[in-house]
Amino acid sequence: MSTLDGKIPAGNIEEKWTQYKFDMKLVNPANRRKYNVIVVGTGLAGASAAASLGEMGYNVKAICIHESPRRAHSVAAQGGINAAKNYQNDGDSVQRLFYDTVKGGDFRAREANVHRLAEVSVNIIDQCVAQGVPFARDYSGLLANRSFGGAQVSRTFYARGQTGQQLLIGAYSAMMRQVEAKQVELLYRREMLDLVVIDGKARGIICRNLLTGEIESHVADAVILATGGYSNVFYLSTNAMACAVTAAWRAHRRGAFFANPCYTQIHPTCIPVHGDNQSKLTLMSESLRNDGRVWVPKNKGDARLPHQIPEEDRDYYLERIYPSFGNLAPRDVSSRQAKYRVDEGRGVGSTGVAVYLDFRDAIHRLGESAISARYGNLFQMYDKITGDNPYKTPMMIYPAPHYTMGGLWVDYNLMSTIPGLFVAGEANFSDHGANRLGASALMQGLADGYFILPYTIGNYLASMKLDKVASTHEAFKESAQGIQQEVNKLMSIKGNRTVESFHKELGRLTWEYCGMGRNEAGLKKALTEIPKLREEFWNNVKVPGESNYINPELEKACRVADFLEQGELMCEDALHRKESCGGHFREESQTSEGEAQRDDTNFCYVAAWEWQDKNKKQVLHKEELHFDNVKLATRSYK
Amino acid sequence: MASTKAKILNLVLKVWRQSGPKSEGKFVEYPAKGISTDASFLEMLDAVNEHIIADGGDPIVFDHDCREGICGSCGFMIDGQAHGPLRSTTVCQLHMRHFNDGDKIVLEPWRAQSFPIIKDLMVDRTALDRVVSSGGYVSVNTGCAQDGNSIPIRKRDADEAFEAATCIGCGACVASCKNASAMLFTGAKVSHLALLPQGQIEREERVLNMVAQMDKEGFGACSNTGACSASCPKDIDLTTIARLNREFVKATVNKHNTDQKLGDG
Ligand SMILES: Cc1cc2nc3c(=O)[nH]c(=O)nc-3n(C[C@H](O)[C@H](O)[C@H](O)COP(=O)(O)OP(=O)(O)OC[C@H]3O[C@@H](n4cnc5c(N)ncnc54)[C@H](O)[C@@H]3O)c2cc1C
Ligand code: SF4
Ligand code: FES
Repeated sequence: MSTLDGKIPAGNIEEKWTQYKFDMKLVNPANRRKYNVIVVGTGLAGASAAASLGEMGYNVKAICIHESPRRAHSVAAQGGINAAKNYQNDGDSVQRLFYDTVKGGDFRAREANVHRLAEVSVNIIDQCVAQGVPFARDYSGLLANRSFGGAQVSRTFYARGQTGQQLLIGAYSAMMRQVEAKQVELLYRREMLDLVVIDGKARGIICRNLLTGEIESHVADAVILATGGYSNVFYLSTNAMACAVTAAWRAHRRGAFFANPCYTQIHPTCIPVHGDNQSKLTLMSESLRNDGRVWVPKNKGDARLPHQIPEEDRDYYLERIYPSFGNLAPRDVSSRQAKYRVDEGRGVGSTGVAVYLDFRDAIHRLGESAISARYGNLFQMYDKITGDNPYKTPMMIYPAPHYTMGGLWVDYNLMSTIPGLFVAGEANFSDHGANRLGASALMQGLADGYFILPYTIGNYLASMKLDKVASTHEAFKESAQGIQQEVNKLMSIKGNRTVESFHKELGRLTWEYCGMGRNEAGLKKALTEIPKLREEFWNNVKVPGESNYINPELEKACRVADFLEQGELMCEDALHRKESCGGHFREESQTSEGEAQRDDTNFCYVAAWEWQDKNKKQVLHKEELHFDNVKLATRSYK
Repeated sequence: MASTKAKILNLVLKVWRQSGPKSEGKFVEYPAKGISTDASFLEMLDAVNEHIIADGGDPIVFDHDCREGICGSCGFMIDGQAHGPLRSTTVCQLHMRHFNDGDKIVLEPWRAQSFPIIKDLMVDRTALDRVVSSGGYVSVNTGCAQDGNSIPIRKRDADEAFEAATCIGCGACVASCKNASAMLFTGAKVSHLALLPQGQIEREERVLNMVAQMDKEGFGACSNTGACSASCPKDIDLTTIARLNREFVKATVNKHNTDQKLGDG
């Protein structure tokens, strides 16, 4: 075990980033075109980085897994994006956004990174408005804000329920402008399957061309991974189908440490599971909790329809337990409380694994048209999926895996433990600690891509002497051969079980033992079951079709193979972290009232895992966390 | 949620199978048994594919990702209708409760010259990206923006721009048009930016370049039948096409006049 250095600049927290920008080395504009930068993933983080670096004059290659960058997973974000603009004059500031994010993350994030995030948040909004992102506006013509996810100020900017889509179209268009200008080369339908490290530095990647099956080598002076999160390790999550840990995991196997894999976020308001055919879960924006009231029947086994249950037989449990935050209690807290109700046997619906989110009172108070103006599209979506009309009957919701705070470890430069490998957006671990606040992921992805990487990458390139390498280099050949062998192996097993069935079973194990509640016995069980499942996968998986043409089953097989390794590390990390914090709830570590109990004496660190050989236990490294500006305190929402 | 109303359906799918852009395709029938009315259309296809794989066959290929109606990946013809029978709904958001036990459902890919078939129900819509890269943006580099609130925009205009900007680039409009025209898609982008102050500077070049690219990609002309808007999952309005036409005429005339002036001088 070693101690990791986050390379946090010296000085006061307010001055660190400014000072960094002054101290950093610059690449002269004329020289930028001599540098090749690869950006993997074209969500908010990747598209914004590719666009900005292209504008600066770097030679950029963007790797897009989809048919178009506009389809990247960020497109699905609904609720909004935070920024400390204080346009509402309600007391917001960089300082407050910083404070809220550190506290919301349950004191497991790096202060310096969070402060920088809060600082650049204001520039993001300006940039997006200039691009023509049609944010919601008031009748004055000025930008509208709402309060979101338990924040006590209105700092969330939004574009109806499609904020992610609109922000992504902004970043995507900016990138397409650089494609037209030939500053960005866009490679479609490519999946990164390996990182190539030469002389200890990231020098390129190996991709599979999903259309031809060709294994391609791409050389670079720096590589940015912006490949999103790993919620799909749970099989059912709100993430898009192509979201996977593969890119991050392959980099991990090449030496990039993986930090805090057990920090996963379970979002409280999703449409519950309907049956065995279910392929993914749908989020209902948490903005609904501004007007909806969450409840279950007071009595176990109350089989009456919701409208038949009178007021005195309802338990509005969030309002009861958290009088000051009520239905707006933070995500981790709300999710856990829903699970408790279901565990008590007070869940609703035909499966008993759901709670009500009821708009009856809001409709009484404000009228149906006001509710429809606020949530019309969400109500419609709910109706489409469930066949129920939420104007007439309460929604049924249940928590679902949604976001992963863990990810590749990065220092203040957003650089991983492999020099030249940068990690942005949800794929890194940096800013949200053990729990992410609503509307902060979009902010972080765009902060990384527009305003941080363009500086830190320049600093890296200007300080490094990089030898020229070609794709004929041994390291590229060795890596490409390895990937080809893996593909051949998967195709040749010809077993009896589909990829899907392995993924489902892994999901069942991780959700059961490493989901909303975790304990030693369960985690140990998962740690014996997952390796067995992995073993079976490599002996009994059935991948149909050919490897030299489009083959979605083969793509999935590669991704599930990685989840089968990463899921194990997630449980390992959850087992070692005996405290509860944020989204990581160890049942052994709770207060008498069932709230998460942190252990700052023993666990105030980032856990960063180093890959060893296959089937060897990974080695834990620590980065100690220091809280000099926000005092370590118990997070309370009572 | 397994609603109390959930039923089980047995269906037959008649699916267009084509192994590559140049190969010949044909319809093949598959049973879809034991499908819950709560399942989505794509979940039904997943179930059929699991059976095909178990039987040693080659699963049906289709594009999809978000399964929430927002990424624009999914889309094919269901019984001759783009995205199927339900209005304002992508295939991934269409649920099986809109079908009846015993139905035979015909699935075909988008058919348009500018969208070559990759395999089965999957087509290549990168032509739409090239239309965007020809001018579908405001040219503003990172870091040079003024304060967001220094550009007030009338709420009505902002809302209308937003409506146009909700296009997901699925290509249903092209697929349902007998001329395979991309006017609704391009009209949506041109409208989004023409309605906003940020879009004014490049307003004329934008429309000229995007229309030129659209033609270059081989998309057809518009003959005002409105099939595009009727099949659009995001209800992009036909007024966007009218605006596109107006913007195009205005920009062409202005360009002509400027060219002449420059020629004179
Ligand atoms: C339904 C939903 C609603 C949300 N709502 C909000 C919200 O309101 N506010 C908020 O702040 N956050 C929200 N979030 C979270 C937020 O959307 C994401 O965290 C954020 O968009 C991630 O952006 P990103 O650029 O890091 O990654 P992504 O957008 O996930 O992009 C990564 C891309 O890389 C691709 N990729 C993965 N592996 C590879 C590989 N090996 N090779 C090539 N490409 C690869 C992926 O397919 C993906 O397209 C929401 C998330 C979900 C699921
Ligand atoms: S205009 Fe409608 S149908 Fe056409 S691409 Fe956009 S969303 Fe799809
Ligand atoms: S899969 Fe994304 S819109 Fe249908």
